[in-house]
Amino acid sequence: MIKTDILIIGAGPTGLFTVFEAGLLKLKCHLIDALAQPGGQCSEIYPKKPIYDIPAFPEILAGDLVDNLMKQIEPFQPGFTLGERAQSIQTQDDGSFIVTTNKGTKHHAPIVAIAGGLGSFEPRKPPIPNIANFEDKGVEYMIREPELYRGKDVVIAGGGDSALDWSIFLTDVAASVTLVHRRNEFRGALDSVEKVQELKNQGRIQLITPAEVVGLVGENTLTGVSIKQADVTSDKPCDYLIPLFGLAPKLGPIADWGLEIEKNAIKVDNTLDYQTNIPGIYAIGDVNTYPGKLKLILCGFHEATLMCQSAYKRIFPDKRHVMKYTTVGGVEGFDGSKKQAPKAVVKAIN
Amino acid sequence: MMENKDILIHITDRDGVSHQVKAPTDMNLNLMEVIRLYELAPEGTLGVCGGMAMCASCQCYIDSNHHLQDMNDDESAMLGEAFHVLDTSRLSCQIPIDPSVDGLQITMAPQEH
Repeated sequence: MIKTDILIIGAGPTGLFTVFEAGLLKLKCHLIDALAQPGGQCSEIYPKKPIYDIPAFPEILAGDLVDNLMKQIEPFQPGFTLGERAQSIQTQDDGSFIVTTNKGTKHHAPIVAIAGGLGSFEPRKPPIPNIANFEDKGVEYMIREPELYRGKDVVIAGGGDSALDWSIFLTDVAASVTLVHRRNEFRGALDSVEKVQELKNQGRIQLITPAEVVGLVGENTLTGVSIKQADVTSDKPCDYLIPLFGLAPKLGPIADWGLEIEKNAIKVDNTLDYQTNIPGIYAIGDVNTYPGKLKLILCGFHEATLMCQSAYKRIFPDKRHVMKYTTVGGVEGFDGSKKQAPKAVVKAIN
Repeated sequence: MMENKDILIHITDRDGVSHQVKAPTDMNLNLMEVIRLYELAPEGTLGVCGGMAMCASCQCYIDSNHHLQDMNDDESAMLGEAFHVLDTSRLSCQIPIDPSVDGLQITMAPQEH
């Protein structure tokens, strides 16, 4: 069981900055994120896009913003559970919470801060009839265990980096690899595109473009796919279809936690501390809603700051606390580091 | 007197309901933002990436004969991986609201699941 003071769900910019504000109050944080790396949308969707409305940064790339936040929170030694989605929450008798991920990892904390953005990133599923019936029976949206495909006939659908990279990788594992994409052009890194071209020339990847998987064949498990190319549809036998169309955010299991939801977001008390209808659970950043809400990173930072003050009072109801400026108090890390403004030198002039 | 800078856009939403909406041309808006302005799609189901042509949640079909700006590579690549794509598909976030799209008729593409 992982124990912490504030359990943060979502390691996007707002979740990361929460670690800093909590750290100033000597509260420890642990973050859960469905993605394999911190940064949320900034890392997953637009790391190379410039952001222009972060105060004091006339321009900063989303990926650099995440790197800076990671550096800023380093002294506070946050814990991470990455690649796992927060699945369920149980309130304990003392008002604390146990949050369990889809992989069964348990986390215990007196405070939960949901900073989940638009939700956890999940694979985009193509609208092929009956596709849900074949999930885990030949249709896989992500490759967890490459050995599953050893000696099998595999069809991959998609035109981005993951479709290209996995097609390349599986040529050494699968009996056959077929890549189906609606366009002749691929969006991936040049190296990957060239490698697929080379493997195609060697006859190790069958490339079917411009074409689309439009149907699934099989009784209980997948035995083939229907591929439409230039208005002609034909069946191709295979053991696996792997649609790789990237990820899209979904609010997911959090929607069933008994929180008040409005407009696909969690309602919070914005007049005070961004607490939800369940005491001890806060929602900050893009995941929350209140009158006048703006989904901006800078608003998420503000919400995180106020939320941490409230969390402190909840954890230590009898302690008096005064907010300290970092210019005055410096930053004392849990790792023993200390940053502080240099003291002025006072010297008399004779 | 102020020049009237509003144009009219005809939008058929995902439920098949038609809306005729006014859109200002002096606010640097795109079509996706106009759809959000009038709340014609539930929050979180349209413009998920914010308008960077990096998701396909704002896909629409162009029903009128307007000559629109050509697609850039980002939009074209994203539509290459979008679902429910037709020859008339565009990403509404990539269509600027200016006088040239006055009277534009569009239908919103179904929501992805």
